[in-house]
Amino acid sequence: MRNSRALHIYTWVVVAWLTLPVAVMIAFGFNDTPGRYNQTWEGFTLKWYGRVFGIDALTEALLVSLVIAIITAVVAGALGTGIGYALGRYRFRGSGTVNLILFAAMSAPELVMGASLLTLFVSMGVGLGVTTISVAHIMFSISFVSVVVRARVLTLDRSLEEAAADLGATGWTTFWRVTFPLILPAVGSGMMLAFALSIDDFVVTNFTAGTTVTFPLWIWGATRVGLPPQVNVMGTLIFAVGVLIAVLSGVRSRPRRRRG
Amino acid sequence: MSDTPAIEFVGVHKEFQSHGETVHAVRTLDLAIGQGEFFSLLGPSGCGKTTTMRMIAGFEDPSAGTVFLDGKDVTGVAPNKRDVNMVFQSYALFPHMSVFQNVSFGLERRKVAKAEITRRVGEIIEIVSLTGMEKRAPREMSGGQQQRVALARALVNRPRALLLDEPLGALDLKLRQQMQVELKRIQREVGITFVYVTHDQGEALTMSDRIAVMQGGRIDQLGTPREIYEKPATRFVAGFIGTSNLLEGEVRSIDDGIATLSSAPGDCVLVPVPGSVAVGDKLEISVRPEKIELERGTEAPSDCSVVAGTVSEVVYHGTSTNYAVTTAAGPEFTVFDQNAANADDLAVRGDKVFLYWNAQHSYPIGV
Repeated sequence: MRNSRALHIYTWVVVAWLTLPVAVMIAFGFNDTPGRYNQTWEGFTLKWYGRVFGIDALTEALLVSLVIAIITAVVAGALGTGIGYALGRYRFRGSGTVNLILFAAMSAPELVMGASLLTLFVSMGVGLGVTTISVAHIMFSISFVSVVVRARVLTLDRSLEEAAADLGATGWTTFWRVTFPLILPAVGSGMMLAFALSIDDFVVTNFTAGTTVTFPLWIWGATRVGLPPQVNVMGTLIFAVGVLIAVLSGVRSRPRRRRG
Repeated sequence: MSDTPAIEFVGVHKEFQSHGETVHAVRTLDLAIGQGEFFSLLGPSGCGKTTTMRMIAGFEDPSAGTVFLDGKDVTGVAPNKRDVNMVFQSYALFPHMSVFQNVSFGLERRKVAKAEITRRVGEIIEIVSLTGMEKRAPREMSGGQQQRVALARALVNRPRALLLDEPLGALDLKLRQQMQVELKRIQREVGITFVYVTHDQGEALTMSDRIAVMQGGRIDQLGTPREIYEKPATRFVAGFIGTSNLLEGEVRSIDDGIATLSSAPGDCVLVPVPGSVAVGDKLEISVRPEKIELERGTEAPSDCSVVAGTVSEVVYHGTSTNYAVTTAAGPEFTVFDQNAANADDLAVRGDKVFLYWNAQHSYPIGV
């Protein structure tokens, strides 16, 4: 059918559009380039994978970013879950305002957010570094976590928690034995989202970093003198881990068939 | 059986605020449910039956009045501190737990010893006929099986009363009828008070020891299934439980406790009345469709109520034939005729017929 052929072509064009940049990044991690410039194909090699941690400053920047991303995922995960649960489960005074603030935090331009955070930190006399970056990242990630968690809580059958209470469970037991296991996938997605937002954030980080150098900041600095292939290798590895997690969670959350 | 009611409501009132308006879900309710009774709260949606049940469970607190469980005031006591358990309409099985984990959840909360838990769960699983399925996840079971798990999860705690909120609503007809029998059997075996919320009058009639028919936050009638069916106290009950033919008339004369009502010429409507009814009173009576005989003759027995009419609809049901008959008396009558030996001699549309029934089968409403 002509129609389906057109649809096929369209689909593959979109797929290519989405994957080509990633493919280029991955390919140039295997480029046998001799100098600092990694922009023309010189042949296949695996040597950059052997020397992935060969540039100390880059390695350190990656570690700083990982630490910040993990802190962000954990703290924003915990706080965002609390907010998301409260918004999804209860109607209370100010719940509308909280909703609004969450969306404002998500839609505010990063540039504005970064600049105002810098002003805030400086006027408070806080020294810029890993702490300020983490505070900033947690701040913009909370919204994403709580929106994801709230959506799950809204679809959760209210009578499940009532049933737990009816069977003698306290509020605390009900949350940890019934509610939390059921919203865990959403909490996990929210935390992964927070991690992903944090590890490659440039704009807000640039404002709040002081002299600290994160992975994106190092790359930005290096572009002026040419990117070493190690950057591609690290990018590829981060991408691979992300894909792995996505595939694993996809397999896990697929509904199992009914047996009887 | 002790004299203390298992559940007692004294002057219980419940109102909600909804869009700035006060909704009276339950109005000044007095109710006592006996030990070991199978008690049904029956009514259309919004009649207050579910709110009443949720006040027993503790999910709602009354705006006024007192709730007693076993003679103990539990008003304001949290659901997890009440000795009753509920079977939810959606079953509310914990999807991330196996059947065993679901059923043992309540016992674990009461810190029952492990061996005892295993024993009691095994026992109740056998009662609900689910032996061998302990390790299954709820989603791997059919609707009927999930229903049994929900029942077991509540019963294993040996509650003072079991609350069932339209528990059979999600099942298909065959399974529902099967589960009705099953529920009755289980209740006999465990001897626990069952409070059953339903809008299905057939279900309530077949299973209950007593039924409270609710409407608009009030109990219209409380009685055994037989009382409620044979002697509906209000027009609403007469219409909600089964089918009723309602007739109005003025009392013309009273002879030996049987009143003759005003009727169309040639008709005669008799009804047994209590002494409080006098000549000249307006009465509304109800007659069940299966008590009425339909005859194509011209002569009718003199001691019966007789109404002449014309058949307007005939619906053949296999075991019975349902007729709609228009009459001069006003309302269209519904008549259920058993298809016995005379099944090939059915009236057809347009036939002139006499409807007659024994005077004792007329029932005056609200006197």
